[in-house]
Amino acid sequence: MSDADNYEASTRGGKSDAQAEFEYEEKGLLGRIHSILHHSPALVPLIVLVLAVIVFGLLNANFWRVATLSLIFQQIGIVGILGIAQSLVILTAGIDLSVGAMAVLSSVIMGQFTFRYGIPPSAAIVIGLAAGTAMGALNGVLVAKLRIPPFITTLGTWQIFLAANYIYSANETIRSQELDAEAPVLKFWGSTFEVFDARVTYGVVLLLVLVAIMAYILRHTAWGRHVYAVGDDEEAAQLSGVNRSRQLIQVYALAGFFCAIAGWVMIGRFGSVSPSASTGQLGNIQAITAVVIGGISLFGGRGTIVGMFLGALIVGAFEMGLRLAGADAQWTYLLIGVLIIAAVAVDQWIRKASA
Amino acid sequence: MSDREPILKARNLVKRYGRVTAIDHADFDLYPGEILAVIGDNGAGKSSLIKAVSGAVVPDSGEIWLEGKKVTFYNPIEAREAGIETVYQTLAMSPALSIADNMFMGREIRREGFLGKYLRMLDKKKMEDFARQKLSDLGLMTIQNINQAVETLSGGQRQGVAVARAAAFGSKVIILDEPTAALGVKESRRVLELIMDVKSRGIPIILISHNMPHVFEVADRIHVHRLGKRLTVVDPKKCTMSDAVAYMTGAKDPDPSQQAA
Ligand SMILES: Nc1ncnc2c1ncn2[C@@H]1O[C@H](COP(=O)(O)OP(=O)(O)OP(=O)(O)O)[C@@H](O)[C@H]1O
Ligand SMILES: [Mg+2]
Repeated sequence: MSDADNYEASTRGGKSDAQAEFEYEEKGLLGRIHSILHHSPALVPLIVLVLAVIVFGLLNANFWRVATLSLIFQQIGIVGILGIAQSLVILTAGIDLSVGAMAVLSSVIMGQFTFRYGIPPSAAIVIGLAAGTAMGALNGVLVAKLRIPPFITTLGTWQIFLAANYIYSANETIRSQELDAEAPVLKFWGSTFEVFDARVTYGVVLLLVLVAIMAYILRHTAWGRHVYAVGDDEEAAQLSGVNRSRQLIQVYALAGFFCAIAGWVMIGRFGSVSPSASTGQLGNIQAITAVVIGGISLFGGRGTIVGMFLGALIVGAFEMGLRLAGADAQWTYLLIGVLIIAAVAVDQWIRKASA
Repeated sequence: MSDREPILKARNLVKRYGRVTAIDHADFDLYPGEILAVIGDNGAGKSSLIKAVSGAVVPDSGEIWLEGKKVTFYNPIEAREAGIETVYQTLAMSPALSIADNMFMGREIRREGFLGKYLRMLDKKKMEDFARQKLSDLGLMTIQNINQAVETLSGGQRQGVAVARAAAFGSKVIILDEPTAALGVKESRRVLELIMDVKSRGIPIILISHNMPHVFEVADRIHVHRLGKRLTVVDPKKCTMSDAVAYMTGAKDPDPSQQAA
């Protein structure tokens, strides 16, 4: 403050007076925006989402119908849950390429344990969730104990889990009718209830609940603060009382657990248990996209689950809005690409400590 | 001094990094209630030595005793739980997290009742109040907001927060690795006052510093570290600053008459 005063005083009376003041004002405003974003990086995706909803609604009024909005939520259901898993890992300055593979393999385990071994479906679900957690924990051990970079670790386990999924399932799909007849609980998250004139799946409700729970844990518990600390500066976290490798293993294991939940939701969403679901190949990229657009820093330690959720909604809104506007689907990918790069550019700017 | 047992004692510590021997059969003694300065050239192994006693580094060999009991720390948490609190040369703070978050890293306070017990909710207010109190004790109230990210602080302010953290929680031994290196004259003075204050509470301090006037002002004994080991321990009342510097650089051999009792 006093610097600025001196600066103004020293230029007073000079010809450059007006310009100097203008520059000061502008820097002040930018600086203020910077410090607000620094504090709440999720504001960027929120603004983008609001603008997208307004623009797409103006292009086609159908966009604003509750049914359309509810459809967007349904479409991001799986990506959103995978995004929670991805957010946790990326907050620790890691990355998880195996999220989609863990989801598909977990869903196949739930299906096959029910139909091949005749285990009660609810027990098969528990086994599937445990399997996902174990897969995540394996990633965590490789990253934390053997110190293999997360990218390489999960590039490897992605292939391993996906191949195991095909081998174990013998590439066999369990159809909707079989599920309905013998294990409707596997499809539970796909069942719907009515709100206004729209049908909403329980899967959407689950996503909202999981986002709320994880947002709480990250913000209000010691465990959550340690996730940020490990991602921010691993060495400092270790020296100041965080058990780095235990924290990392827990984070990857929890990510695996969330992927298994996503696997269960997939069964309801697709109506079948399919080892060749596209999530196995694309889930990781979709989740990373939501995370990045949601303002979580790939360098770790910065960002929120709510941001990721908004990022996933942005992707969903663009897909839906452009389709309703009659645009070529490629426009969606093009614009998402632009958003990814813009989001990372904004993150680079935000991460600078002072503007 | 020989009639007293050291509160913290190390014998024959060795730590090698590949071909570099950072700690070379070093001995170390800290007596109850004293301020022990550790001086030595850059790379002499001072930080490595204190990391070995604070659990940040596990020595290849050698033994450590705390209050006469043999201890082995495999990580800083264990040393901290034993009452040894350290300000590392790198400060060990998470830049994106707040001052309060950093002060309570790994020892967070939970809310009372249901929220804390079952939902594990942190008591942010309690931690913030405590942090604010400790910083104002240290005269660091120029920090406006306790929820400020540490990366928005100046180097000196960060150092102040790290020192406040150690002083607030250290119950048996406080280790300060160059705590005034980034501080201005006034702030350095505050830290020295804080060191004297901690000493008056009966807690011994290990102070690593390159600042000889500071060392001679506050230290009861001066441990001179050279080439990975303890060369000698001198009494600041019997030894001049230029002698101490000569010992640590190897320009002069230690004089037994200046040795600390
Ligand atoms: N993690 C490490 N890996 C490899 N070498 C290391 C490591 N830590 C310390 N060393 C080496 O050990 C020696 C002692 O380093 P140390 O940091 O303990 O010195 P210091 O006395 O604290 O120096 P300064 O006064 O500069 O802080 C140096 O040669 C250093 O290069
Ligand atoms: Mg050092």
